[in-house]
Amino acid sequence: MIPIEHYLFLSSFMFVTGVVGVITRRNAIVVFMSIELMLNSANLVFVTFSSYLGNVTGQLVVFFVMAVAAAEAAVGLAIIIAIFRNKLTVNLDEINILKW
Amino acid sequence: MSLESVLFYFFAAISIVTSILVISSKNPVLSALSLILNFAGLAGVYLTLYAQFIAVVQVIVYAGAIMVLFLFVIMLIRPEAERNYFQERKSFKMLTIGIGVIVLGQLMFLIISGTSMFTSGGHSEQSLEVGTVERIGWELMTSYLLPFEAIGFLLLAASIGAMVLAKKKFE
Repeated sequence: MIPIEHYLFLSSFMFVTGVVGVITRRNAIVVFMSIELMLNSANLVFVTFSSYLGNVTGQLVVFFVMAVAAAEAAVGLAIIIAIFRNKLTVNLDEINILKW
Repeated sequence: MSLESVLFYFFAAISIVTSILVISSKNPVLSALSLILNFAGLAGVYLTLYAQFIAVVQVIVYAGAIMVLFLFVIMLIRPEAERNYFQERKSFKMLTIGIGVIVLGQLMFLIISGTSMFTSGGHSEQSLEVGTVERIGWELMTSYLLPFEAIGFLLLAASIGAMVLAKKKFE
């Protein structure tokens, strides 16, 4: 029997990896993928506790999170395409039109 | 060591290695492919938790649909290298990784000290039937009907919004 901590360790490792990716990478698409990594680590915690407590609600929340993530990916990638069309770059250091 | 544990540690190792590859590879296409492998590994981890429906949806929706979208956008947008960034700001990167390690240590400490009440039980009796399609579908159609409909509307709005945003003439 696998202790519940091991699932939570895996999840926290993936979350920290996602945070480091968001901070260090400058490519907007890779930052987006790091956000997906963090979303999935949260999903893993939901499924873990759902399974260990025998309660179905956690898996339903994961289902909804997946639907929201799909919507978020579609809109976010459309925004990235729109920015690329205007500025010809996806480097986050050069996208500063709202900065002053 | 039971087969279940072997499978869990195998899939967990895949997830850990590929999640590091996602943030460390300089080519965005390699990052996306590593992320697909990471999602597949996570689906295996979900299977060791008896969450069959979530595991299948993870492969179909995440590794299938969302990552294909990512790959299409990467190939539409010329994948330029993040030139010189790693050379220029090495100390910043090291600082970030250090902070990440500290946060990970804190999370692990909290998990060890906080989950002592769950360690004895293991999987509960009901967890075998909790993850089935039948059970989840039943809950979706009864007590979670309103969120289910709302999520359908959200997806419709998001697809229309994506089309409007990505259109050539923005008006």
